[in-house]
Amino acid sequence: MNFSQVVFIILSAMALIGAVGVVTNRNLFRAALFLILSFVGVAGFYILLEAEFLAMVQLLVYVGAISILIIFAIMLSRRIMSSEFRASNEQWLIALVAAAILLGVLLAILLQVNWPTDPVADIPDNLMVELGKALVAPDQFLLVFEVASVLLLVALVGAVIIARER
Amino acid sequence: MDFILNLWVELGAWAQGLLNSWGVPEWGVNLISDIVGALILLIIAVMAVIIFTPMERKVIARMQDRPGPNRVWPYGLLQALADAIKMLTKEDIVPRNSDRALHMLAPLIVAIPAFLVFAVLPWGPQVIGKDLNVGVLFIVAVGSIHVLAVVIAGWGSNNKFGLLSTFRAVNQLLAYEIPMVLCILTVVLFAKTMSTVGIVEAQTVPYFVVTPVAGMIFLICALAEANRSPVDLLEADSEMVAGYMVEYSGMKFAMFFIAEYVNIFAVAILTSTLFLGGYKFFGLEAVAPILTPVIVFVKAVFVVFCMLWFRATFPRMRFDHLVGFAWKFLVPLALVNLLLGALVVKLTDNVWGQAGFMLLSNIILIAITGILVNRIARQLREAPAIKRIAAVER
Repeated sequence: MNFSQVVFIILSAMALIGAVGVVTNRNLFRAALFLILSFVGVAGFYILLEAEFLAMVQLLVYVGAISILIIFAIMLSRRIMSSEFRASNEQWLIALVAAAILLGVLLAILLQVNWPTDPVADIPDNLMVELGKALVAPDQFLLVFEVASVLLLVALVGAVIIARER
Repeated sequence: MDFILNLWVELGAWAQGLLNSWGVPEWGVNLISDIVGALILLIIAVMAVIIFTPMERKVIARMQDRPGPNRVWPYGLLQALADAIKMLTKEDIVPRNSDRALHMLAPLIVAIPAFLVFAVLPWGPQVIGKDLNVGVLFIVAVGSIHVLAVVIAGWGSNNKFGLLSTFRAVNQLLAYEIPMVLCILTVVLFAKTMSTVGIVEAQTVPYFVVTPVAGMIFLICALAEANRSPVDLLEADSEMVAGYMVEYSGMKFAMFFIAEYVNIFAVAILTSTLFLGGYKFFGLEAVAPILTPVIVFVKAVFVVFCMLWFRATFPRMRFDHLVGFAWKFLVPLALVNLLLGALVVKLTDNVWGQAGFMLLSNIILIAITGILVNRIARQLREAPAIKRIAAVER
């Protein structure tokens, strides 16, 4: 067992404990914190795969933005501070069916796909440059990238417009 | 002579060679040198508290024409030590009915981003924790953990005022993160790299001269992120006691305090790296590489001095003005500046040409902004009082 395998096990434990914590914890605020633990574990996977850019974006977007949004939503909900908050409500049956379908699909993918186990291919040094070029190459991700960035820019400008006085 | 001039790099190579000669395997050498490097960075970061607390008190006192702390020998410079002893001997209070684990967790989490940032801050071309090729993004990503610590602290205190100020704090931190990232992006555009060393190497002309708009916006946002007056609404000691850390005492408060000063140090080094040429100083870094940490440190102290200067000069902003300032003024300005930067980079490849065009466009941008702000302010001033109040309240 080499060093990166040890790290992988630690990170997996982080991600899995976090994920289990999210669904089992009665306290919604703590559940959100477990979610963050899980996100950080996933960011660690990216670093292990030498995809630092993705890892940083994972930290920035999921830990820094989305979890904070979730925590705010929790804090601003009514009666959430009380401890006798029920973890399930009358929609549990629908949720169960949806979760079962999702599990089935994931399991099917897991079992059917032929996962490559070859040794790692050479990772180019200028990974960032390659990624940047791929994002703006017309035959790769140009359209997706532009649409997403225009959407985000519109959201940013929209926030400024809303904040402005009429 | 070369050994002395290249002391920091040679020292590392010597230590690694020594370990090798003792028969330590290669992974062991790497592990030990990584741990030692991390410890050195940690100690340097903590030194910020010892250096900057007396500096802050003395400089502000000078600016306000009073002696400042002068009882603890010499010249009150050991006041920080006395404060530390006071902190350590204070009672450790955990509020009743609070979420005890989270209450304890927050002071630890707040220290993580503050110290982690030092891993990618360059003290010289090779004197750096780790020169990541996503260095700047790393700083931004790690910095976003700070928000998390604030939220946990506010929630774990079981104090409604603490929780309310948490909302304010997060609002401020998120609002000022956006123009900050836009300014970093402008710098990355010019440097064509996200590595911190790469950005310093790309600065033939310091980026504060190339794009003063980005530099000023970055400094303002850095003040807000490091929670300094006049934008210290996270804490605002004289108005709302201590904001989200109102329930923290003793050593737990000391952790917040240490993290704050480490943050200031990190932000100062980051500002000097991104905008003031980092470890470069008119070719001195090539002649005597041993001096590069000193250059970085002097620049950082200069930036901290500017921060204290702001604190002593400007009154604290009102909270709605503070957030409005970020969204209505800094974000549009930073966006326009980023667009200008993209245009200039497309226009010419020459470094001096880029610097000249960008500086020119920045001067024009500043002039236009000044005229617009002046006009809007006049409109507000001449508007009937009732409308003026409504405008401000919105």
